[in-house]
Amino acid sequence: MTQLKWKLFLVVAFVVLALVYVVPSVYSNLPHWWTTWGILPTEKIHLGLDLQGGMHLVLEVQTQKAVENRIERTVQELRDAMKKASIRYTELDRIEEIQISVLVPNKQSIDAFDKMLDKEFAWLRLVSRNPEGEGVVVRLDLPEREVKYIKEMASKQAMETIRNRIDQFGVSEPDIRRQGENRILVQLPGIKDPQRAINLIGQTALLEFKLVDEDHDVQEALKGKTPPGDEILYQTSEDKVTRRTVKTPFLVQKRTYLTGEYLTDARVQIDSQFGEPYVSMNFDKKGARLFERITEANVKKRLAIVLDGCIYSAPVIQEKISGGEARITGNFTTEEARDLAIVLRAGALPAPVKILEERTVGPSLGRDSIQRGLVSMWVGGILVVLFVAIYYKGAGIIADLAICLDIILIAAGLAFFQATLTLPGIAGIILTIGMAVDANVIIFERIREEARLGKTPRAAVDAGYARATMTILDANVTTLIAALVLFQFGTGPIKGFAVTLSIGILASLFTAIWVSRLIFDYLVFQRRIGHLSI
Amino acid sequence: MQFIKPDTNIDFIGKRRIAFFGSLAVIAISIVSLVAKGGPTYGIDFAGGTVVQVKFTNGIQPEGIKNALRSLDLGITSVQGFGERKEHEFLIRAAKSTEALESLASEIKRLLEATYPQNKAEVRRVEMVGPKVGKDLREKALLAMFSALLFIVVYISGRFELKWMVSIVMASCLIATLFVFAKFGMSIPILIIIAVLVTLALSFYLKLKFAMGAIVALIHDVLITVGVFSLTNKEFTLPIIAALLTIIGYSLNDTIIVFDRIRENSRKYHRQAYELIINRSINETLSRTLLTSLTTLVVVIALFVLGGGIIHDFAFALIVGVIIGTYSSIYVASPVLIIWEQTMKKPIGKTRKRRR
Repeated sequence: MTQLKWKLFLVVAFVVLALVYVVPSVYSNLPHWWTTWGILPTEKIHLGLDLQGGMHLVLEVQTQKAVENRIERTVQELRDAMKKASIRYTELDRIEEIQISVLVPNKQSIDAFDKMLDKEFAWLRLVSRNPEGEGVVVRLDLPEREVKYIKEMASKQAMETIRNRIDQFGVSEPDIRRQGENRILVQLPGIKDPQRAINLIGQTALLEFKLVDEDHDVQEALKGKTPPGDEILYQTSEDKVTRRTVKTPFLVQKRTYLTGEYLTDARVQIDSQFGEPYVSMNFDKKGARLFERITEANVKKRLAIVLDGCIYSAPVIQEKISGGEARITGNFTTEEARDLAIVLRAGALPAPVKILEERTVGPSLGRDSIQRGLVSMWVGGILVVLFVAIYYKGAGIIADLAICLDIILIAAGLAFFQATLTLPGIAGIILTIGMAVDANVIIFERIREEARLGKTPRAAVDAGYARATMTILDANVTTLIAALVLFQFGTGPIKGFAVTLSIGILASLFTAIWVSRLIFDYLVFQRRIGHLSI
Repeated sequence: MQFIKPDTNIDFIGKRRIAFFGSLAVIAISIVSLVAKGGPTYGIDFAGGTVVQVKFTNGIQPEGIKNALRSLDLGITSVQGFGERKEHEFLIRAAKSTEALESLASEIKRLLEATYPQNKAEVRRVEMVGPKVGKDLREKALLAMFSALLFIVVYISGRFELKWMVSIVMASCLIATLFVFAKFGMSIPILIIIAVLVTLALSFYLKLKFAMGAIVALIHDVLITVGVFSLTNKEFTLPIIAALLTIIGYSLNDTIIVFDRIRENSRKYHRQAYELIINRSINETLSRTLLTSLTTLVVVIALFVLGGGIIHDFAFALIVGVIIGTYSSIYVASPVLIIWEQTMKKPIGKTRKRRR
């Protein structure tokens, strides 16, 4: 029977291939020749976050904030431009979040203003224009396309920034991707300190240099009389003696002179005098020039270094600083300083982020889950194998062989497709063990029926398979449909279930229709057994 | 070894009325329970909220944990023991979630360590789902249920009646109807009910009796499993939806095997009454039905007992589903075929009327 031999060869080759793919997951120390050969797979089966521990975050980028920031900047640009062209205005502010309102008082200014708008700000959209007294109130905003573009860029840039930060932080195999318009999915396997990771990822890290307004009194401002163009920001520090946090208010100008976008580098250094860590920053050429100009013009004034709306320090400018170097001091631990340097280096998020979903699994729970999953798999598997062997005797052994093969095939499939094994995924394998018997049962019951009709073993096997194959396919297609739908819609762990279930179904189809058939054929044709043990 | 002797002939069809009322009663209880509790209890995946799993080194009272975390303002709804007693593990549930950039795990750990300095607390799992994500997941899950149903209906009607064209027409009708209803802004649960009704009506109109039998069995299984969850106060989470879909697949698997035999026997014994053919088919496949259910039950029970707390409810849903699915392929799907034949008054065998 050459046909039989060919089939045997194919099946054995397939099984050997499957075994080769399972090897890396079983042996952590692969022999040298295995890895150097190049053709052999070295990838282990990926474990999901629920099995190896780690963190799953879904963040939402407040893209609206990015639009607001843009409007705020435009207001600043308008102010500068009007000052430069000596156009009078009495009000110029951001209103209703994303609109600019300008009150131009007289005819002469209106003409100059219109000219300037046409020339320099033609990209702004006119919302309304209403006369007020002798002047007009002009409202401007951004065209929809521009808003959409800003939002899109904000999400994109946020993802890139977060990826940068995580890369620099050093997490093995992080998974960062965009979900929908403004969501970012972050998966960090094996994270031990979730709070630190969240700080690192979620910190906006907007670094601003602002001048402290020393002409006005902070106490007056705290009572609600903040001078126009100023704002109150706080510096939090820890009292060394009482260990209480103290919040010191500062009155600073709203205007930002320099931001972190000109940074080229940020590093942790240790102060030689006090042994405290600080972060030193380097600016690029443009930043260095800006920094030089500010320090030159404001000697003996205080410059506030503001990070995400909090003042870190507000040193007095002693002299013009050229060379483009600045430092942030504060009560840092070395770890905090290191993380701060990372976020500064990676750049600010274009807009703040919110946490929409957080799932954290500790490593010990992951280990427990693996162990429990394996124990239930062994117990369930052994019970089924024993039962099938007792119930179907010789044929049962064939079915048991098929089950073992199924498990190998599932493992190989997971490794081959680089799919992730999750706890529900293990449940899927366990379920497959139970259901894999089904295909064999259908065939065996058929063969039994046929044998009962007085057919020879050979005829019974033939007829049994012929009748059962379609039924088995039919029955399994529905479960496969359910599994595929789950794969499409499921998230994380559930996807793992869908994967193992799908591979399991396919594997059990293969083993029942091909492998056990082959063994039967071998027994009936080659060995010419006269009695089926079924 | 054989559990079911080859010449077994249990009168399943004769008892179909008892089974019918039994099923009806269980479904009624399920629906009453669902209505009384205001729909199924959604877990945090769908409702949003927070679940924290904490493990202590020594025994502790759940009330104490609740008090220790009072300052968190998460609206803690319950603190329950989790898994085995000797593990000192607890599940803290809260209705709220935070969007702030602080990890709940470390905050909870800090509070618990401050309250119980002697009893080390380990935060093993934190799951926090915001309301937005919860809503998304809810829609996704329902959409998954619905598309599974759609594909399966197309497959069954196509495969069994060999009316692929009809089944594709049916699927397009279904999608068109739903599209129209969705335009009216109906919520997805209502859409699914409409979809199921439309499917039933269509299969009735298009004379797809096998599809109809299978779908009735499916609705039966899902309703009862959902009902059991409602009665036992278990929560619906993403894994449970996965379990429901698996149950759908599994129950259909059983149903298809029986239907397959009915088709085969209808050709073979076309002189016999339809009831007899069906009863014979059920008996002939009984051995397989029971064996497969048995092996599946064995592994699922192993998972339920040994798999640990996280997978507990999932395994529970599967146990219920396997049992109900086995029952329904015998007592629900097949009797629907008989009811169909009776209402259609279209005799299958020539001698059928005479025999009556």
